[in-house]
Amino acid sequence: MAIELGHFALVLAFAIACVSAIGGYFYWRSGERIALVLGQSAVLQFILVAIAFAALIQAFVKSDFSLALAVNNSHSLKPLIFKISGVWGNHEGSMLLWILILVAFGAMVATFGRRLPSDLMTLVLATQSLLVAAFAGFTLFTSNPFERVVPAPFEGNDLNPVLQDIGLAVHPPLLYMGYVGFSVCFSFAIAALISGRIDQAWARWVRPWTMLSWTFLTLGIAMGSYWAYYELGWGGWWFWDPVENASFMPWLAGTALLHSALVMEKRNALKIWTIFLSIITFSLSLLGTFLVRSGILTSVHTFASDPTRGLVILTLLALVIGGAFVLFALRASSLRQGGLFAPVSREGALILNNLFLASALGAVLVGTLYPLLLDALTGTTISVGAPFFNLTFGALMSPLLLVLPFGPLLAWKRADIVGAAQRLIGAAALAVSCTILVAGLGGVSISLAPLGLLLGFWVAFGAIAELIDRSKMGRIPPSESWRRLIGLPRSTWSTALAHFGIGVTVLGIVATSAWETELVTTLNPGDNVELSGYVIAFDSLAQVPGPNYVADEGHFTVTSPAGDTRPLIAERRTYVASGMPTTEAAIETYYFSQLYLQLGEPLEATQVIRVWHKPFITLIWFGAVLMAAAGVLSLSDRRYRIGLPRTGDGTVRAPAE
Amino acid sequence: MRPSDQFPRPARRLFLASIPVVVVVGLVGTFAVALNDRSTDLPSVLVNRPAPNFTLPPILATGVPGLGRADLLGQVSVVNVFASWCIPCRDEHPLLVELKERTGVRLFGVNLKDEESNATAFLEELGNPYDAIGADRDGRASIDWGVYGVPETFLVGADGLVLRRHVGPLDRASLDEFVAAIAREKDPR
Repeated sequence: MAIELGHFALVLAFAIACVSAIGGYFYWRSGERIALVLGQSAVLQFILVAIAFAALIQAFVKSDFSLALAVNNSHSLKPLIFKISGVWGNHEGSMLLWILILVAFGAMVATFGRRLPSDLMTLVLATQSLLVAAFAGFTLFTSNPFERVVPAPFEGNDLNPVLQDIGLAVHPPLLYMGYVGFSVCFSFAIAALISGRIDQAWARWVRPWTMLSWTFLTLGIAMGSYWAYYELGWGGWWFWDPVENASFMPWLAGTALLHSALVMEKRNALKIWTIFLSIITFSLSLLGTFLVRSGILTSVHTFASDPTRGLVILTLLALVIGGAFVLFALRASSLRQGGLFAPVSREGALILNNLFLASALGAVLVGTLYPLLLDALTGTTISVGAPFFNLTFGALMSPLLLVLPFGPLLAWKRADIVGAAQRLIGAAALAVSCTILVAGLGGVSISLAPLGLLLGFWVAFGAIAELIDRSKMGRIPPSESWRRLIGLPRSTWSTALAHFGIGVTVLGIVATSAWETELVTTLNPGDNVELSGYVIAFDSLAQVPGPNYVADEGHFTVTSPAGDTRPLIAERRTYVASGMPTTEAAIETYYFSQLYLQLGEPLEATQVIRVWHKPFITLIWFGAVLMAAAGVLSLSDRRYRIGLPRTGDGTVRAPAE
Repeated sequence: MRPSDQFPRPARRLFLASIPVVVVVGLVGTFAVALNDRSTDLPSVLVNRPAPNFTLPPILATGVPGLGRADLLGQVSVVNVFASWCIPCRDEHPLLVELKERTGVRLFGVNLKDEESNATAFLEELGNPYDAIGADRDGRASIDWGVYGVPETFLVGADGLVLRRHVGPLDRASLDEFVAAIAREKDPR
């Protein structure tokens, strides 16, 4: 009964979204009333889809195997958390999660966007509704999660064991919140193009949504990377897998959008480009969804490949993205650009940032799609691997990182590059000495390591230099500069924190690539091995039953160079229902470094053991968390809370600098 | 407006702004082709020709011997080119295990441009269906086989002639074709 109720709720949401979209586009000039109706409709869509989603969750939790989806993806012995996360560990359920987040953003716009002019609001919500209608329709007609099985089996087929992990409970929702959040920017862009409201006020309204989505996407990607790192058991944290790229491309575009919207908000320049980025960011999210859901690319993320489903989603994609760009072509050509500035200025620096990010995005896009295009055009199948991405992406990111610390120190309109360089001398000196120190201690194992370290330290210290400079530290009494530091706008703190986070991530990547050590050996219980000063003792091997698997547990004791000992358990599991084996690596963190221990297959009487020492690897994710924290900090900035400007007539107050 | 402008400014803008539309149309077109035409059986100059001459060393930790042309003679065999860095190979691997189980055919692996430790870890994680594995560290032997994407799978007759070639990961349909072809070879009636 609950299943049918959920199904009905989704159908109703679909119908309401259709009506909302049509009504919105026809009557967007009609003022307050239509905006109010669409707002209520957005909230209603959210409630209905939430009911549909809740229906699925209860079926999984109660192990209701009359539901086809539960049969295929659940098992009565599965722990509760994995029963819940199993709802979106498959094609149909993940589409519903996608829609749930889409309607949640729609409802949020309706709730928090009360100050928006009613025509813009109506158009934004109409576009959101159009997206809801498209994807709810796709789900209902080609991949209905509410299908029943008669007769119901007694037991389910279980979820893919690799997905039975806390990572599945966190990674897709975060990632989708990022992906789907950019739909708001997309809708704003469409609304701006239709209504002609392309001004500074528009940029100010769009920026918090961009920031929110970007924050979620940053966390989602970082979480996905950490999950792959500990679950896949190879100790790698980024594979340039097409689906990883699919999530990384909107991130690059979104990062560019954050910066270009800043220029538009402050200086009324880069308008066409910002609108373009808003459209492209969400288009890339859709492309990601398409690549994953259609099975056109084979990947660890592909749940199901069904050509018909692929064609339908491709058609949707073509209509949404193609339609947006046609509108863009018709309207953008008549836009007037404003806000003149000199090449050396904050605007100039932000344009440079956008150029590099867009080129990097282009490189990743080409690398991801090239095999696919080649296959379609010539029938040749190839695989573009990590070397291509590392080379092109690295080559494009290095100059960006090099100029990054200058950006925040430059003034708008026309800046003094020599002055900015002088203020960065301290950071540069500190970065060089840290690099020499670290490279000296660690030894140079790969030739680019010192360059990477230098860039990482430079970006990190450069970010702090801005705070020091703004607080006049060292030039005025400490108490006074402390007061200034505290009093800096949160947006300044946020910029510094985000840039510092990038530096930290770069340092983690460089350190772990340059100084990682690895050992593969066979051990018997009672044996010892040593790796990078850590002594690993293999204590015992035991067979332990889990809830829906049996595991071989290897117990180890690790003595660190500092002398403390810690117990580690690495597992090798075989899942009962599917017979699939997985490995659960033991990971122990020492400050920012990790010891990664994996129990391989038994080889005659002994066990194959693989151990990695990964120095400073956690910095990679820690940096991402700092970036996300910066996003949250920026969202709490007072300019988003109070004193929103009325429509853009050029009266936006100068930033408090 | 500068005199050198070929178009009046708005028209040039329209032209620039239309580029994304053209790109989208082009991409959608190729995606549609790619979705419809998923066949990965490629014509190969090698088909119905003798398999090339090669000798490859084993990967010690896997415990199975290396591979050379001599191993292919005598009975029908399947040669699969794989690598741990190749994501479609992960996808395909269970099907290879299944092929081995269903037909008992001699299944040989050519491990392309791979670290020994990574290849071992890959097989430890997913199981090793291969009777012998040749480590093709520099890719020389794979070039002789005409491999240009990983994975690729060949069916080789008892007389050493290449009978069939499949480029890209095996799927359910191509697996069944292989099973049928193996059965035909073993029992020519």
